[in-house]
Amino acid sequence: MKKFLAFALALALCLTSVAALAEVELTIAHIGPTTGPAALYGLATLHGAEIAVQEINEAGEFNITLVNEDDEHNVEKAVNAYNAALDAGAVAIIGNTTSKPCEAVSALAVEDRVIMITPSASSEAVLENGDDGYKGNVFQVCFTDPNQGLASAEYIVEHKLGEKAFVIYNNADVYSIGIRDTFNAKAAELGLEVVGEEVFNDETTDFTVQVSKAQELGADIVFLPMYYTPASLILQTAAAREYKPVFFGVDGMDGILGIEGFDTSLAEGVMLLTPFVATSEDPAVKSFVEKYEAAYGETPIQFAADAYDGVYALVAAAKEAGITTGMSVEEVCEALIPAMTTITVDGITGSMTWDETGAVTKTPMAAVIENGVYVIDAD
Amino acid sequence: MIFLDNLVNGISLGSIYAIIALGYTMVYGIAKMLNFAHGDVIMMGAYIAFCALQYWNLPPFLALVVAMLACTVMGVVIEGLAYRPLRQAASLAVLITAIGMSYLLQNLALMIWGANPKSFPSSMISIPTISLFGGQLKIAGATLVTILANIVIMVALTLFTSKTKTGKAMRCVSEDRGAASLMGINVNRTISITFAIGSALAAVAGILLCSSYPTLQPTTGSMPGIKAFTAAVFGGIGSIPGAMLGGLLLGVIEIFGKAYISTELGDAIVFAVLIIVLLVKPAGLLGKTVREKV
Repeated sequence: MKKFLAFALALALCLTSVAALAEVELTIAHIGPTTGPAALYGLATLHGAEIAVQEINEAGEFNITLVNEDDEHNVEKAVNAYNAALDAGAVAIIGNTTSKPCEAVSALAVEDRVIMITPSASSEAVLENGDDGYKGNVFQVCFTDPNQGLASAEYIVEHKLGEKAFVIYNNADVYSIGIRDTFNAKAAELGLEVVGEEVFNDETTDFTVQVSKAQELGADIVFLPMYYTPASLILQTAAAREYKPVFFGVDGMDGILGIEGFDTSLAEGVMLLTPFVATSEDPAVKSFVEKYEAAYGETPIQFAADAYDGVYALVAAAKEAGITTGMSVEEVCEALIPAMTTITVDGITGSMTWDETGAVTKTPMAAVIENGVYVIDAD
Repeated sequence: MIFLDNLVNGISLGSIYAIIALGYTMVYGIAKMLNFAHGDVIMMGAYIAFCALQYWNLPPFLALVVAMLACTVMGVVIEGLAYRPLRQAASLAVLITAIGMSYLLQNLALMIWGANPKSFPSSMISIPTISLFGGQLKIAGATLVTILANIVIMVALTLFTSKTKTGKAMRCVSEDRGAASLMGINVNRTISITFAIGSALAAVAGILLCSSYPTLQPTTGSMPGIKAFTAAVFGGIGSIPGAMLGGLLLGVIEIFGKAYISTELGDAIVFAVLIIVLLVKPAGLLGKTVREKV
């Protein structure tokens, strides 16, 4: 009996190693805030990545082990999480979810030669390497902040949403300023008239001056490069003044429908630049949303879709570069960097290519809020 | 018309400052302490009203009562636990305690309600917007209610402090705490009542603040609190009509500064005006200059 067991065991071992030969074994790490104040985003990217890994493993060819490290949206914890991920044998990183931790980790990763694909860290500092230009080993799935300004201006002009634009931005926030700068530059280039702009800061709750200026100047499109909290106040102020231009927001606007107590009818017709809309009829998006809802009991947000696409981009680049089991972290990184700039990934957030800076190029999509849900703008 | 529009916006903002300033000035006038936690009691009051409306589905009037009761209890407890033991201590110690209390309340709110901002339901004040001059000038229902509430509270407080026994006791405590207690006035009880009234007013202010500017988060009370404190100083701290005047002026100056000079400098203009007023009238617009014997 013992002999038989030993034989069976040997056979089983043999079989697994044969299977392993056919598949490329990769360990990748997801780093993001799965606890703490930004847990909403970190859990979304983790879940999105988990679904992509599951699909890829089912399809064969690759056998990916996903490890998760929590950075709590904290710079120090992020560095610990990065070290823990490398100790766990990860050869590539999906992360970090948020910009600040990603800046800290990517500064180490560029020295250690570790490839990073961040789903959602959108600041430019993630890609930049001090004064020496770009890191080159960090790739973004989402638009960089300033690129959202370009894409918004293009979208507004292309779809003829309005002729007189007015910008309200937070002059205490680099995110808001960055988008506003590129928006204005692009608007000037495309001949979209910006009739005026007004500022606010983090403490502002009274938007009557800003809104009434836009109203006086007869702006028919109001661009809001900001997060959803001030945006909700602007919408409420405009509604009280019966001012109804097209409000156009960026990714920070995502979440406006989730504010507890907010009258979503005020957001009716608001447009926002977003690469992912869960109610889309696209079969790939539908399948992702169904799997996500079945597994985690909630509708995926943009962050989840970005992470899902990030994992697929990594695998596409690994295929392109011919990554094999057992390659070191540095080997994987050096092989994937050129591969990333040659691949095109048709993901659920659009068709994407990357340049050597690590910034993504994809067609901007805009969603419009109709009956309290995001719908892809039909035009 | 644009001028009138801005004036209305300024009065609407100013009436919010005024109602918060009333609470500040009352506590300062009687207890001679700056209750920096006042703004945060306002925030707590708004959260409680939010819960009453949103989760317990109470009608607006009951929501107001619940928030006022809760804030009254909170005010008395804060005074009893944090400020009463320091009655004999230096005024700086009380000031620092008040700042500590302010952070405690903010973090408490963060713990209970989380960091995600909530939108205060518009069902609280269901008076429609009034249109004048064929729709060119609009006055929000919440603004009318706030101005009305200001006048009612101001008159009621003035009558209370001048006519009732408790009110007179308050003025005595304010004038000379030692002499008041020699005359048989229970100083601790009087100060407790002051805090109870001040905190009940904070609940009203919280509801009005959030009805006009409907985001609710743990820091909601801090900036309006500071502005209202400025308004109280502007009008003459300790003076009840002064708080109202200071609040209204501050709101109008802020909106005019933003509209005609610069939105970026809006707050700077407000504080510059405050400095000028204090240079000319150090006790504030309606404040009494008290000579102190040395």
